Amino acid sequence: MRAFAQLLEALAFSPGRDARIRHLVGYFTHTPDPDRGYALAALCGALDLGRARPAVLRAMVAQRVDMELFKLSYDFVGDLAETIALIWPEPAKGDIRQITVHEVVETLEAASKPQAAAHIASWLDQLAAPERLALLKLATGGMRVGVSARLARLALARMGTVDVSEIEEIWHGLVPPYQPLFAWLQGGERPAQAALSPFRPVMLSTPVTPEELQNLDPEDYAAEWKWDGIRVQAVAEGDVRRLYSRTGDDISQAFPDVIEAMTFTGALDGELLIRHEAQVANFAALQKRLGRKKPGAKLLKEAPAALRAYDILTWQGEDLRALPFRDRRARLEAAAHSFGPRIDLSPLLPFDDWAQLAHLRADPPDRVIEGVMLKRYDSVYRGGRARGPWFKWKRDPLVVDAVLLYAQRGHGKRSGFYSDFTFAVWDGPPPDGPLVPVGKAYSGFSDEELRKLDHFVRHHTRERFGPVRSLVPKLVVEVAFEGLNRSPRHKSGVAMRFPRISRIRWDKPADEADHLHALKALLPPEM
Amino acid sequence: MKKPLIELTEAGIYCRAGDFYIDPHKPVARALVTHGHADHARAGHSHVMASPQTLDIMAIRYGEDFCVTQQAGGRDSVQVGDVSVRFIPAGHVLGSCQIVIEGQGRRDIVSGDYSRVANAACAAFEPMPCDLFVTEATFALPVFRHPDPAGEIAQLLASVDAFPERAHIIGAYALGKAQRVIILLRQAGYDAPIYIHGALQKLCDYHKDQGIALGELRSASLERAQARALRGAIVLSPPSAFGTAWVQRFAEPVIAFASGWMQIRAHARRRGVELPLVISDHVDWPDLTRTIEEVDPQEVWITHGREEALMRWAELEGRKARPLHIAGYDEEPE
Repeated sequence: MRAFAQLLEALAFSPGRDARIRHLVGYFTHTPDPDRGYALAALCGALDLGRARPAVLRAMVAQRVDMELFKLSYDFVGDLAETIALIWPEPAKGDIRQITVHEVVETLEAASKPQAAAHIASWLDQLAAPERLALLKLATGGMRVGVSARLARLALARMGTVDVSEIEEIWHGLVPPYQPLFAWLQGGERPAQAALSPFRPVMLSTPVTPEELQNLDPEDYAAEWKWDGIRVQAVAEGDVRRLYSRTGDDISQAFPDVIEAMTFTGALDGELLIRHEAQVANFAALQKRLGRKKPGAKLLKEAPAALRAYDILTWQGEDLRALPFRDRRARLEAAAHSFGPRIDLSPLLPFDDWAQLAHLRADPPDRVIEGVMLKRYDSVYRGGRARGPWFKWKRDPLVVDAVLLYAQRGHGKRSGFYSDFTFAVWDGPPPDGPLVPVGKAYSGFSDEELRKLDHFVRHHTRERFGPVRSLVPKLVVEVAFEGLNRSPRHKSGVAMRFPRISRIRWDKPADEADHLHALKALLPPEM
Repeated sequence: MKKPLIELTEAGIYCRAGDFYIDPHKPVARALVTHGHADHARAGHSHVMASPQTLDIMAIRYGEDFCVTQQAGGRDSVQVGDVSVRFIPAGHVLGSCQIVIEGQGRRDIVSGDYSRVANAACAAFEPMPCDLFVTEATFALPVFRHPDPAGEIAQLLASVDAFPERAHIIGAYALGKAQRVIILLRQAGYDAPIYIHGALQKLCDYHKDQGIALGELRSASLERAQARALRGAIVLSPPSAFGTAWVQRFAEPVIAFASGWMQIRAHARRRGVELPLVISDHVDWPDLTRTIEEVDPQEVWITHGREEALMRWAELEGRKARPLHIAGYDEEPE
């Protein structure tokens, strides 16, 4: 438990993705089986150990500590598990024991709720403070250290010398504590594919510019719309149906409506969309579904999910990935006759030259289209992001001129630099406004521009709050973003997708920044 | 039972029988000072009495003319007005003392800030039975149990091993904490040069003058190219320097912070810290409550910090306690 506690501690404070991966690699390399495997499962949310509810924990601590002192402490610390870990009476030296992650996991999995509470209290009596916190996080099922299953797989890939897509491919056939996986990563045999309806590594595209297109022959490429949904792989083989995200996470439970529609035998690559009859809803509607692990009947009715297929990987037991796109497309179109109403085809776009395609891209028939995809007719289906066979040509981003309002210090390579910016638009006539924040941006600027922005922040600070400074509302930046959604959580009522600073408008007075009503005009119509 | 020898006034704690203040936050005619931290030791008093080291530290910080006349206090009792006064170690920072006031058949102690953990930079806290004990309450919540500082230093060195290409910049206050971290590193066998920010130079030099070994220290006031070359080096700076352009000279540094507050995750995150080191110069909850039991006063006064929790503890223990709510002592610095 000590190494696991140290890992959680390190992850809780490491801001950078690379540093987090390194902490994970270090832990997986130096921790024996089966502890590392159970830790991996816990981090990925693959364990169901949520045995201890907050009320149970409070009752537990009330038997050891004055509740008035507990309450004062909790107010100060702000986190229940952390407060309990810190306030729990320190065990006498002789009572401290090494408790392994697998002991905890295996005991809790077999325990009833009251038994679990008794086990937890008894372990707390034998652990030092950092390990008490790790235990409580494990027992409540709330790791919240920002490790996704994807990040964990990247760490595993780096621990061995295999590509992450190879791990993704067999991931769903693996179960905690993953001994065969670790054995493989440390030089042993690759575990056999044990999953039913397994995930296949997804073929990805790279961006392309109009200039680069001039060197390509339009005849070599098929074009499709690029849909603004989420990329999924729908696999129905044997009696098992699964829906995977593009990084191989199993999202079947969240989309029972799509699972129900998968009456075929095969593996399809496509876009998950919210669709009422022929009407596709915007990304915000899909986001409501993405947030729910198990949607209720009302939500399923309000936001019915559907699959729009654009590739076929297997069909009735035959692996089609080695066929060129042209042949796969023909097989997909033939297969489509057997699809029910919740699965349809993404159409191919007829075009003769790039100018014609540019025209289509500029004026798509649906708001849920975010550009066009280009796929070489002769490309085989190969997981990963090779440059050449598939391109994405996204529509131009939306832009808004906004005023910088807050800046926060960055981490790692950006230590000491104010690199995270909150920007605002006018919600009333300038200069009295007010300015209302509409988003945050961390990217889009060069190192040179970062230095200049940092210099600006230091010379136009109004107030400081720890690592954050509020700024004199003076500097206008052009913010590029991919779309706009309604958001009741934001004061402005809008939320941007992928905002970044596309240009710094040193020349533009703040009074000439955009207004909120102009931004709101970009919102999709309400459903 | 006679009345306490001290009372609370607008300028701070005042002893009427001796006509002096202790750690006043306004200029006064006669001040007794427990230790050199800026919120306790201010410039501008006419007469200052403090330990010789505290007087030196005040002169370093404020210039030789920080007061008109000064007087060294120590273990031997000195008559001041109608009371006698002596200074005994508080274990907080170099020169830190509790001030013992005796007269009218009673003994009152103002402890200033104090710690019970061994610290090579200063003498250990001496518990002395008294009638009134005035205590700080900086970490007076039962969640504060400071770990062994050697373990925190081990974590720092483990991080240096794990990220050998990154400089580790440790935020540490200039008086006490910075030297403490250096001493702990040396005790852990770390013998490479340690780089220090310019703001730490004078007080590190003073510790050396006082015979406290700190090993080789180098200036961290470096050009960009030199700073970028300091891969895996340990650099100490005052936390206030985190917000300055000085940090930008280092290539992808690990930002660490040595403070008792680092025990609370939300605190560490708020300060943008990547490596929190729980190293404190104050008593934690067990040491604070143990100290009160040891000196066993008739009454406890609480100067600043989390007095609510300490009041609750006193209530549970059947002890008489009173919060002073003294404004002006810093909450954050530690």
